[in-house]
Amino acid sequence: MTKLEGARFVADRHLEPDTPELRARWSGFAWNEANVAKAKEIVARYPAGRQRSSVMPLLDLAQRQVGAETNTQGWLPLPVMEYVAAYLDMPIIRVVEVATFYFMYNLVPVGRYHVQVCGTTPCMLRGSDDLIAACKKRGMHFGHVSDDGLWTLTEVECMGNCASAPMVQINDDNYEDLTAESLDAILGALAEGKQPKAGTQLKNRHTVEPEGGPTTLTAMVKENHDYRGEW
Amino acid sequence: MPKLTVDGIEVEVPAGATVLQACEAAGKEIPRFCYHERLSIAGNCRMCLVEVKPGPPKPQASCALPAGEGQEIRTDSEMVKKAREGVMEFLLINHPLDCPICDQGGECDLQDQAMGYGRGHSRYDENKRAVTEKYMGPLIKTVMTRCIHCTRCVRFSEEIAGVDEIGALYRGENMQITTYLEHAAKHELSANVIDLCPVGALTSRPYAFEARPWELKKTLSIDVSDAVGANIRVDSRGREVLRVLPRTNDDVNEEWISDKARYQVEGLTRRRLDKVWIRRKENGGAGKLEAASWNDAFAAIAAVKPGSSVAAVAGDLLDCETMFAAKKLVNALGSDLLEGRQTGMAYDTSNLAGVNFNSTFAGIEKADAILIVGSNLRWEAPLVNVRLRKAAKAGAKIFVIGPVWEPTYAATFLGADVAVLDKLTADVEEAMSKAERPAIILGGGGLVAGAHAKALDLAAKWKLVRDGWNGFNVLHFSAARMGGLMLGFAQTGGMADLVKAQPKLLLALGADEVDFSAFAGSLKVYIGHHGDKGAHAADIVLPGSAFTEKAGTYVNTEGRVQFADKAVFAPGDAREDWTILRALADALGVSVGFDSFVELQAAMIAEVPALGEEGLADYGQKLPKLKGDKLGGEIRYPIKDFYLTNPIARASGTMQQCSAELLHGDELAEAAE
Amino acid sequence: MLADKDRIFTNLYGFQPWNLAAAKARGDWDNTKKLLAKGPEAIVDEIKASGLRGRGGAGFPTGMKWSFMPKEAPKDQFGNPRPSFLVINADESEPGSCKDREIIRHDPHKLIEGALVAGFAMRARAAYIYIRGEYIREAETLFAAVQEAYDAGLIGKNACKSGYDFDVFVHRGAGAYICGEETAMIESLEGKKGQPRLKPPFPAGAGLYGCPTTVNNVESIAVAPTILRRGAAWFSSFGRENNKGTKLFQISGHVNKPCVVEEAMSIPFDELIEKHCGGIRGGWDNLLAVIPGGSSVPLVPAAMMRGVPMDFDGCKEVGSGLGTAALIVMDKSTDIVRAISRLSAFYKHESCGQCTPCREGTGWMWRVMERLRTGDAEVDEIDMLQQLTKQVEGHTICALGDAAAWPIQGLIKHFRPELESRIAKRAEKANA
Repeated sequence: MTKLEGARFVADRHLEPDTPELRARWSGFAWNEANVAKAKEIVARYPAGRQRSSVMPLLDLAQRQVGAETNTQGWLPLPVMEYVAAYLDMPIIRVVEVATFYFMYNLVPVGRYHVQVCGTTPCMLRGSDDLIAACKKRGMHFGHVSDDGLWTLTEVECMGNCASAPMVQINDDNYEDLTAESLDAILGALAEGKQPKAGTQLKNRHTVEPEGGPTTLTAMVKENHDYRGEW
Repeated sequence: MPKLTVDGIEVEVPAGATVLQACEAAGKEIPRFCYHERLSIAGNCRMCLVEVKPGPPKPQASCALPAGEGQEIRTDSEMVKKAREGVMEFLLINHPLDCPICDQGGECDLQDQAMGYGRGHSRYDENKRAVTEKYMGPLIKTVMTRCIHCTRCVRFSEEIAGVDEIGALYRGENMQITTYLEHAAKHELSANVIDLCPVGALTSRPYAFEARPWELKKTLSIDVSDAVGANIRVDSRGREVLRVLPRTNDDVNEEWISDKARYQVEGLTRRRLDKVWIRRKENGGAGKLEAASWNDAFAAIAAVKPGSSVAAVAGDLLDCETMFAAKKLVNALGSDLLEGRQTGMAYDTSNLAGVNFNSTFAGIEKADAILIVGSNLRWEAPLVNVRLRKAAKAGAKIFVIGPVWEPTYAATFLGADVAVLDKLTADVEEAMSKAERPAIILGGGGLVAGAHAKALDLAAKWKLVRDGWNGFNVLHFSAARMGGLMLGFAQTGGMADLVKAQPKLLLALGADEVDFSAFAGSLKVYIGHHGDKGAHAADIVLPGSAFTEKAGTYVNTEGRVQFADKAVFAPGDAREDWTILRALADALGVSVGFDSFVELQAAMIAEVPALGEEGLADYGQKLPKLKGDKLGGEIRYPIKDFYLTNPIARASGTMQQCSAELLHGDELAEAAE
Repeated sequence: MLADKDRIFTNLYGFQPWNLAAAKARGDWDNTKKLLAKGPEAIVDEIKASGLRGRGGAGFPTGMKWSFMPKEAPKDQFGNPRPSFLVINADESEPGSCKDREIIRHDPHKLIEGALVAGFAMRARAAYIYIRGEYIREAETLFAAVQEAYDAGLIGKNACKSGYDFDVFVHRGAGAYICGEETAMIESLEGKKGQPRLKPPFPAGAGLYGCPTTVNNVESIAVAPTILRRGAAWFSSFGRENNKGTKLFQISGHVNKPCVVEEAMSIPFDELIEKHCGGIRGGWDNLLAVIPGGSSVPLVPAAMMRGVPMDFDGCKEVGSGLGTAALIVMDKSTDIVRAISRLSAFYKHESCGQCTPCREGTGWMWRVMERLRTGDAEVDEIDMLQQLTKQVEGHTICALGDAAAWPIQGLIKHFRPELESRIAKRAEKANA
């Protein structure tokens, strides 16, 4: 039987079971002081009576708060989803629908760093296999938190960094133009508690201009050039 | 009114009709799974694809496409045939094809349409998807691997029931239908999703593996679990009723029934009175019921020599024929002590328009301001509650006086005390007086609290009766009520008049809610079908028939006369009620004037012609004006437990389980801790 | 080659700051009030005349799209007027596409100014910018830029002192490609699963919250102010008839220097690669195939791709599409079956699950593709797969079904011998 590539992602998604321990840990969840204001601001982005629109940003906010409380990227325990549902006066089943539909909501606990390797074709063409191998070499497995609690590895779909592929998103930062070696260095730095430079890892590249310097808009490199005079 | 052609047949359809409806108008069958007339259009199954010109060169979902002038629709082209085959194949690749062990077998849309529109073979060689079962409570059995994700159940619970509890989690091929944390579906209409499910994913748990549809005799009947008179089909095999399904009647139940209507029938085979019982009082104590013969019982009754000291109390589930037979017997004996309001209500019944649901169920959907006085509609008439939800969705303002319950729509609770009626706030006054179609719904709780007169005053003040609209409604809870009132089962003082008369002989016709201790001096003869409260209090028990075991006429709370057929025979020595009363007339030496059911019905119709015509009885539009007492006191709803309101339901294990799990589950869980 | 002075996104590479001061120095927010003073009709006419076609993939004429919005607010069931909304599609998730990210993180004020101009032209009350959730830092920049614009009075009440009130809100997605479909985006904005709606009704009639709504791609909106400043004639001086303007091209895969670059429409494929990407890795002879418009369009074999004008019609003529102008270049080292199968995995992963052909078909197609990758299949399964793609294509609610079908159709059309040889090789091995 052919081993199916990519079989590892969605089918693995499941909700963390509702246990007394889970309830004990998370039933008291409430916005922290900063997020009380933040949540209010978020709801205010949408017309009155349309507060359900804010369920996505609020789930993100909740996931981040859980992350801060657990020193991980964060996830969404059921009692936390219930809190958001109650906050928005929304049926819980609709909140769970949203949480399970969108891939960025972690339904189970994750590690300190969520290593998301893009494996879609543009990254695959430029070596994402090597990146996955590099991650595995460090003891990561798909869908599991590593034994040291540091890593969760996920293969994700196209992250929109195709012109600086291959790339990995780790928590909030993208690392682009990676090789197995440069990724390993980044992981090493993170493991040591350092913050590696995000973005392209190529020495002679700034963002998504051709490596070695832009073929266009060269005047912009040195100064904030105003082209209007040439119109 | 767009005109279009379907396979060359020209049809004209109302503006706003869909292409699917146009096809049906042309007599073309359009296969479908997700589409349902009473739910929002999802367009997700893609089975109803047709070819449409003008339009893109691909098939269109006819359920979602508005019919347009000059369209040429093809349902018979190669494109359509291929599209249907393709969709059918996709639906089946992950379907287990376990029809031999599936309860939907024989009445399965997937099975039927696969036969009609699918290919004869499968090309799918990969592993099939398996989905874990999802618990949905004591009524709904799930086999989610069979689910084809049509989302009818999700839409029903959200749109019709108004209880957002079913959802589709995850996405893509991993999408799964479930309730939150597999909690039981907790509303009074939950089992309708079983009928809606086009496959065997949601089937009836109590009915699991009981029968195949082709084995069943189907009898048209009327539900008696409340006063709505839902149209039902009773499916039976031999002497046993196996299930109840809704019939479509847009005026009454649309195509839904309550869970109680569906599952109380399980109680028809339990706690049945299937022989005659007589209480033997040897040592002056309460005595004990002992089996006896019909002759012994009739002799014992005759021995009381009641003369005209006789009264009859009608129970909640009775058909008009039984009540009429009882009336004739009591009248023949020289009495007219007839009452059906077992618990003592004594509201004025001199004008039936004053105690009727005049707006009609379909009509109340159009109301734009509704004041509910003393009714928990969700429990007393779940199907009327569905109509109110529609009204609310269309913008109606709804107010409730009475203790708080959970409506399935936005409603303002004004207070539990009936005195609130005397001091309505300005916004209620304004909403009601400015509405185009204002309505009051007065429930049993309101009647008991004495709000009848005040409600009629308000009806006059707000002009509830106006051109083409009558907004005054009394919502009864007993299936026998309106029929009983039409037949005169009402004393001015209610049950108190009977108590005062202290009749020598009291006929309790399926009456289980009466306070029998007030009739200590009477010979209490219970004629009914279940060993419930009435039988326990009786001196003589005569086994009668349940509603499925006799033909009969019922009048619902909107005054709609409906007829039910007999589905099965009553068990053991039990007889149809009218024959018992006819025999009792002989025993008591009087004549009631009929010897057959046909004669009985003819006599009844001769006396109350409205009962001979199916449809709404005409009580007139004029509302009475009554004198009322000063209002005060907390309103109390008549129903304490939705699932156990009548002797049949109380005998049903399924209803008991629902009560325990759905209503008292939290208490049990706490007790366990 | 397009001259730098004619490039709209001058800070594309982020060598300079994105902030308001720097953006203004580059010419953004330059007397926007005057642009608005032209009036909605004139703005729509100018955009129509410029020949701008939607940059999100479908290429629908932008000005015409705006003109579908009601001139007078329709009433709801209670007789209250319904507001109109502009929704800006920044849910850039099509494999290969990576242009909107650069606009948002390096030139966000072009987008915000464009939102005001476009929103004004379609009489919208507010714009919601729906940015894909994975663009975390990009969203941070966008939030900050919007705040800058509010603080400077450029948007909000009396935007740019024009007398027009216009709000701009940012809404982050959370990981669902399908939300790039306009009606799925609207559902998502309403706090639901991103499942596309049935059309009709179209968003211009009933979109966000049931109100008239237009959904436009980031690039389509961000170019609008410059078009208005320089005139329709300037914009339409680039590109072939029906394919006007400048465009952000994104080149990924096996070129020497992958990049994002703004070029004139209709630039020949070879020129684009040679001038900006340092050529094909291993030379032109090493080119195997190109997916010219993002993962949703069929691949084009090397020989057919040479000299193709990179525009809507040019790509269509070779059996593919311009899409978002995201070129995925594959050289001869590519396992072409795996490359396409990986896209099948993508579509299976991103199918919303709502409608039958896509929910069931994407998984089936991917499973067959995976077997074809290793040759673990029968030759007639290639035909079956082709039929499957036809069974999905055109039968779904949204275009994701089509997008899942086309790459496979392209593969079978151009690389059938490769598929057959893998099957033969595996059979040979099994027999030996």
